[in-house]
Amino acid sequence: MPEHTFRLNGHQVSVDVEDDVRLLWVLRDVLGVTGPKYGCGINVCKACTSHLNGTAFNPCAVPVKDLGPNDEVTTIEGLPATVGRALHPMQEAWLEADVAQCGYCQPGQIMAAVALVRRVAAEGREITDDDLDTIRNICRCGTYPRIRQAIRAASAQM
Amino acid sequence: MSDLERDPSPDGIGRRRFLGYVMAAPTLATAAKLSVAPSAHGAVTPQPTDFLDLNDMMTVAALPTSHLITVQVHTDGTVSFALPRAEVGQGITTSSAMLIAEELDVPLERVRVTLADARPELVFNQLTGGSNTTIATYTPIRVAAAIARLRLLAAAASELGVRASDLTLRDGIVRAPGHDGLDIGRLATAAASTRTEEVRVGLKPRQDFAVIGTARNRVDALAAVTGRKVFAMDLQVPDALPTMVCRAPTLNGTVRSVANLAQVAAMPGVTDVVPVSTGVAVRARTFGQCIDAVRALEVSWRPGSAEGKSDESVIADLRRAELPIGALPLTPTVDERFTFHFRSNSALETNCAVADVRGGRAEIWSSLKSPIVARQKIAARLGLPLHAVTVHVTEGGGSFGRRLFFDAALEAAEISQKMGKPVKLMWHRADDSRQGRTHPMALSRVRASYLGSSVLRFTQVHTSVATDLGHGLGEIITAMAASLPVGDSAFSQVFFQLSQTMPYEFGVSNRLLNETDKSFNTGSMRNVYSPDMTCARELVVDKLAARMHKDPYQLRRASLRTDRARAVLDKVAEVGSWGRRLPAGVAQGIAFHDEYRAVSAVLVELDCRPETVGRQIRDAVTGPRVTKAVVAVDVGLPVNPRGLEAQMMGCLMDGIALALTSSLHLRDGHFLEASWDNYFYTRQWNTPPDLQIIVMPPTSDEPGGAGELGVAASMAAVACAYARATGTMPTTFPINHGTLSFEPKPAVPPIPQSPTDGLDHVR
Repeated sequence: MPEHTFRLNGHQVSVDVEDDVRLLWVLRDVLGVTGPKYGCGINVCKACTSHLNGTAFNPCAVPVKDLGPNDEVTTIEGLPATVGRALHPMQEAWLEADVAQCGYCQPGQIMAAVALVRRVAAEGREITDDDLDTIRNICRCGTYPRIRQAIRAASAQM
Repeated sequence: MSDLERDPSPDGIGRRRFLGYVMAAPTLATAAKLSVAPSAHGAVTPQPTDFLDLNDMMTVAALPTSHLITVQVHTDGTVSFALPRAEVGQGITTSSAMLIAEELDVPLERVRVTLADARPELVFNQLTGGSNTTIATYTPIRVAAAIARLRLLAAAASELGVRASDLTLRDGIVRAPGHDGLDIGRLATAAASTRTEEVRVGLKPRQDFAVIGTARNRVDALAAVTGRKVFAMDLQVPDALPTMVCRAPTLNGTVRSVANLAQVAAMPGVTDVVPVSTGVAVRARTFGQCIDAVRALEVSWRPGSAEGKSDESVIADLRRAELPIGALPLTPTVDERFTFHFRSNSALETNCAVADVRGGRAEIWSSLKSPIVARQKIAARLGLPLHAVTVHVTEGGGSFGRRLFFDAALEAAEISQKMGKPVKLMWHRADDSRQGRTHPMALSRVRASYLGSSVLRFTQVHTSVATDLGHGLGEIITAMAASLPVGDSAFSQVFFQLSQTMPYEFGVSNRLLNETDKSFNTGSMRNVYSPDMTCARELVVDKLAARMHKDPYQLRRASLRTDRARAVLDKVAEVGSWGRRLPAGVAQGIAFHDEYRAVSAVLVELDCRPETVGRQIRDAVTGPRVTKAVVAVDVGLPVNPRGLEAQMMGCLMDGIALALTSSLHLRDGHFLEASWDNYFYTRQWNTPPDLQIIVMPPTSDEPGGAGELGVAASMAAVACAYARATGTMPTTFPINHGTLSFEPKPAVPPIPQSPTDGLDHVR
């Protein structure tokens, strides 16, 4: 079985698994990293959203062979360490607004939100309703308005 | 006042006292014996729900066993409670912890609420449904906590050598003049009892509440935002490998033969391939390899349960099953018929369960709202005695009615038994949408007759594909039905009559239900019959207002039966500026609904202008957008207003989807939707940018239900706004059902392969 090496939440990891197994299953089923959730497996629901080298991506749509040894995968578990804190400002904003209901989609929502705020900031502007409308992550509990509220609050802290 | 003055001597007057237990245990454990049915609410025109509503029935049914609700105090100063309910996002672990923190006077952070395993001795008292949890457990949980508090004070009095009346308990610390504070953890052993005995206790009066009624964040919020919250598929049960099922292309089709079982069993990572009652199960090292195996299987299928049926044929069947609405009256009438298509109650966490069935015993982990019935059914399916089956209730990733059933738990148990190995069974999204349970299609015919400015008669005839209630709620209804003032003892008839009300003084009003066709996988979906019933009713109210030249808000206001009802309606009209001028193509809608001992009103503004409806977002339905929503809710006594707001927010999102975008399309015996980009639940681009939720001040000493309350009025308000904005009353829901807004995925293989282009937009 081929060995694949990449960086995960600040650590180098190696896994023996077939080339085409999508990263979501490598994370969840092989490495036991369960923050990224399954909601569709076809890059639609975005519940598995994580970061690759700081950019949002969906591990359900990435064969593990596509990753190189220097690729840094960050899941919700590794998000706080990217800012050297116990919690990322987005997570703090989430707590402040009491966003979560069942919580299942929330790791993916938070990872998508962090990436969105970074992208908008890189464009040198404030986050708008139109920006928030671009978020595709499903929340079947319907916490959308609190998600918007938390992202606006966190964007001021990031 | 000293703390013991709250608990006067047993012969004290003016304070209601409740019976409970101190349990024999090494550290303090107390239990509530008594559950009290909430008092009946006042009404003008008698109807079944005035005598007894669904929540009365569920609460009364739960009475004999409520004494088994137990609160434990530990030596580390924490308090624990195993809630015999399912937490699926509705916030009941938080609200239950608040009840304990209140009565025991401990900080909320010290209370740990877990979910109890299936406990058959609880009989009717372990079903999460009907928005009944807080109604049924409000008193028993507090009684147990109050007894614990009494015992701790008595133990402290003994320890410190002071009179108990000189003690206070605050924030988990007992204090007496001249002594250091004593943490309850240090009293947990001394306060324990070696034998179980009855205790009588008074409860904290509402004016002394410091926790109940205050806005609190969820107790599991930190776990949720850090990814540490554990759902069934996150459990690390030894050797429970990923497992999926290859399902038939039509609803409930079964396996005739498998052409390539051995080849698939030899695929990378695959450990087992076994035909089961619902398809062909595959177990592998990863779910990705399960998907590969499911797609590779060549299966010959037997017909399903709904062969050849489509939306049009079911509608025709429903029309034939419709009960007569009676002779046309001589007075003017409004006569309308509404169609509500199949909808999915699929949660974001798909049906899933871990099962280990080996050596004559079974252990199951799943999010289950009816774990007792699940355990019975699993034992029967496996041919095991009940005591050999253990059922653990895990945190659920949403329910919306889906987890009232235990399809995955039953299936996982069967698969594990057949493979002789532990399995971690997860349904693919496509299966969850296509083969999972649905809210049944229904027709609702409404006839209202009026004269001048009075509505004389209001009749609603609801005809539906049968709703499966065979998850334990049925057992309660069976047990209670004989004593109810309704004519038909069929589960659904009782449920229907107990859950549906006529909130308006519209002369003689009556509602009839007829159900037909049991070939579909159905179940209760959040708020069950009420969204469709209320949507139809409220549209007709608007039409009556137009015929009678009345303002729709004023007609409702003048016709509502209670002050509580008028108060929420007035609130949304005031906060939402009912009647304000809006551009052409934008309109307001207002609607009311009462259920679960609670009342709700919703006002929305809906933008149906072409530039809004025509927004282009890939693989999405944009359409009309609710730009503003105001929700007012009175649940009697709100335990956690912040949690209640969250529930109303979710109810509103559901109502928007039900009115505008979300449905299943039935074609030739199967549903087409296989993805969240096929089934159009509300997305960010559909949410109202302006939302206000108003929790009314308490109007009762008892809490009502909240988890489903807001769906009906939300759906109805959006529908009413659509009618006003477009000048055409919609009669088919959701309004976009006639347009198939996606390319259906193949049914063979039954599930889509995961894409491989995930890095295209990253690098």
